[in-house]
Amino acid sequence: MTRQFLRHGWTAGLLAILALLFVFTKIIQPDFGTSGLDSLSRAMLPFAFATAAMAVVVIAGGIDLSVASMMAVAGVTAAVLMDGAGDGMTAVAVVIVLLVGLTMGAINGALIVITRVPDIVVTLAMLYVWEGVALLILNGPGGSATPWLRELIVGPFIVPWLPRSLVFLAVCLVAVWVPLKRSKLGLSIYAIGSNDLAAYRSGVSVGRTRIAAYAVCGLFAAIGGLTLTMSTGNGEPIPGPYLMASVAAVVLGGVVLGGGKGALLGPIIAVIILRLVRMDLTLLSVDPNVTTIVEGTIMVVVVMFGGVLAYRGRHK
Amino acid sequence: MTDQQAQTPLLDAKGVSKRFGAVVALEDASLTISAGQIVALMGANGAGKSTFVKILTGALKPDTGHVRIRGTERRVGSPAEARRSGLVPVYQEPSLIPDLSIADNLRLGDTPVADFQHWVHELGIDGLHLDDMISALPLATLRILDLARALAVKPDVLLLDEMTAALPTDLVEKVLDTVRKQADAGQSVIYISHRFSEIAEICDRATVLRDGATVGDLPITPGVEEKVVELMLGAVLDKDPTRTSTAAHCPEGMPRVTVRNLAAGTKLQDVSLDLYRGEVLGVVALEGQGQDQLFDVLAGMDSPTAGTIALDGKTVSFNHPADAIAAGLSFVPGDRADGLLMERSVHENIALPQLARFAKWGAIGMKKEAATVKKAIDRLQIDTRAQGEVQRLSGGNQQKVTIGRWIAAGVDTLLLFDPTRGIDVRTKRQIYLLVRELAEQGAAVLYYTSELAEVPAACDRAVVIFNGKVVDVIEAADADEQTLMRAAYGLTASAAVSA
Repeated sequence: MTRQFLRHGWTAGLLAILALLFVFTKIIQPDFGTSGLDSLSRAMLPFAFATAAMAVVVIAGGIDLSVASMMAVAGVTAAVLMDGAGDGMTAVAVVIVLLVGLTMGAINGALIVITRVPDIVVTLAMLYVWEGVALLILNGPGGSATPWLRELIVGPFIVPWLPRSLVFLAVCLVAVWVPLKRSKLGLSIYAIGSNDLAAYRSGVSVGRTRIAAYAVCGLFAAIGGLTLTMSTGNGEPIPGPYLMASVAAVVLGGVVLGGGKGALLGPIIAVIILRLVRMDLTLLSVDPNVTTIVEGTIMVVVVMFGGVLAYRGRHK
Repeated sequence: MTDQQAQTPLLDAKGVSKRFGAVVALEDASLTISAGQIVALMGANGAGKSTFVKILTGALKPDTGHVRIRGTERRVGSPAEARRSGLVPVYQEPSLIPDLSIADNLRLGDTPVADFQHWVHELGIDGLHLDDMISALPLATLRILDLARALAVKPDVLLLDEMTAALPTDLVEKVLDTVRKQADAGQSVIYISHRFSEIAEICDRATVLRDGATVGDLPITPGVEEKVVELMLGAVLDKDPTRTSTAAHCPEGMPRVTVRNLAAGTKLQDVSLDLYRGEVLGVVALEGQGQDQLFDVLAGMDSPTAGTIALDGKTVSFNHPADAIAAGLSFVPGDRADGLLMERSVHENIALPQLARFAKWGAIGMKKEAATVKKAIDRLQIDTRAQGEVQRLSGGNQQKVTIGRWIAAGVDTLLLFDPTRGIDVRTKRQIYLLVRELAEQGAAVLYYTSELAEVPAACDRAVVIFNGKVVDVIEAADADEQTLMRAAYGLTASAAVSA
């Protein structure tokens, strides 16, 4: 019982915070309804995928500073390929973009494994490399997105209060994460993050698992870049503010920097919380500079509070 | 066993060599094992044992020589491949993933669950759930799970590396019984241990390494210990106690540390003891009798729930390890990694505890520091090839650094928690001598060891803790292993007499 709570307590706590925030939002903005939910959900989409990307490598005991740059590469690739493309070509473009993401991630991972240069250094370098690649593909905002693809993340799904973008997010995450988590690869990702020597001794191929984790990271980043192009309708080669935001949401979501612990649901809820806080502060017309201070404070307080709870749990 | 099986060894390693840059770790190592045999692999620190184990398990590739299984040359590049080729190791440190459950760990290594559970039960561990997280389990249980996991995949050759080092005595017996039974049923075992009693109990042969080469392969017969030690060291081991006086130890004056009715956590119930300057006081206890909490409280890492601690007659209470250090209590944890800066040099590690002292002397301190540290390194006889980073030293040499730094710093009261776990006999001897030197300088030393045989060699007296309470105080001069064993199991001397 206690064990179950400790394992899922963090996510439950985040859900409670999220519910309180929604109530608070409704109080300060009684008009907040389906359209507000829809725009919130759509604004959150690229952040959510960046966070999912980051979460996978952090669970594997690494970090990827090139997430936002990879999103930019994927975004412009999509915009260029879809520019004036028909339905068939659009589908091909999506597949290509996903493959590009997987490849970029695998390159990051392979560089870390082969050169043995620390992940933070390699991905910092790749942050610049992918940024350059994005600018080579598209030297300024341009290209376009096929309309039916854009429709996927606009408006409600079946019931009015359920935004399509949220369904899109859930489908993409579930399609990648659930099979992964059930597979031996998923287990190996947790294993190398928890203790890579023990994993090696258990017969896990540590290098290959690390490359796979970075490839999955690249895949999520590519989907994130795709959603950017889908929501704006064109490609943007300059990386957005997704790197630090994704690290923040990962930490807030209960994934321990250093690896081995956490999952995907917590960080995704954390993304919604951080977006909602920002929205509420804007609604209250708080100085934007103060907004970032509040966001930082929330992170430290929540992580500290969680640490105290975990400590108490251990010492009972 | 047919003649055919007897003639083709199951595993045969010959002429194995390995260099790391300029350092020759192995020169000519060999090991042969037939079905149903238990072979002890022995060697002092730096003999190349760990390198040989890594080559046998596939973690390293040999420069020359070969490893054959059933006559077929084996070229494996990873533990996973070594596993498939029929050789399964159980390492000195647990190799289960801390953040995964038992079930997930089994899935990771493709271990059959039913067989695993059978072995866990056989080895005497009950009440485990497959969804228990590894990080929540005690060390001794993890060692047993490691062994059960290895047995469950039915390996041809089982390699046990210091398997019993962290186990309480009752579990050691279970493990030895099980291993012997498995060997009688035809499984082969390479058994690495520093404990002669265990080797004498279960092994058929001993293969001895010295300076990277196999120097002997002896059948285990009564009295073979001396021969093995001679081969390992090139000299006969000095077994004498380190005490200078042969008379019974009689402490005088005010005790340095007085502990009265101490209780802490769930295990430490009621411990009283007096520790005098100039003595080495042993603590004898089976695993989990409260000794961990006793050391934690004395080191200021945990608060007592009852009882008092007094230093030189003055009652103290610690809120932080810094308080204990300021009061002159230095704690050397059982896990070397907790006490050393692994990435830093031997020099820095030895200098660290005394930096504050030398700083007072300003510029002159620099020279003095360098001189003291140099002296300490010479005294410790540390292999100087790897001085740059402590993590490159062997386990025994690391442990010498953790204790030697206090000799250099000058220590008032030293709390040693199982300082010789998994260390070879020669280094153990050097550690006893270091501890004795500290005591002779006037330090008070509290010495917990999981190996009972150390008590008569290293200590003056020993308190016996059972179920969180002190049940006996034994003069080391009177303490043979059997007396200590009975006491550790809660059979006091008086009870033993009346029985």
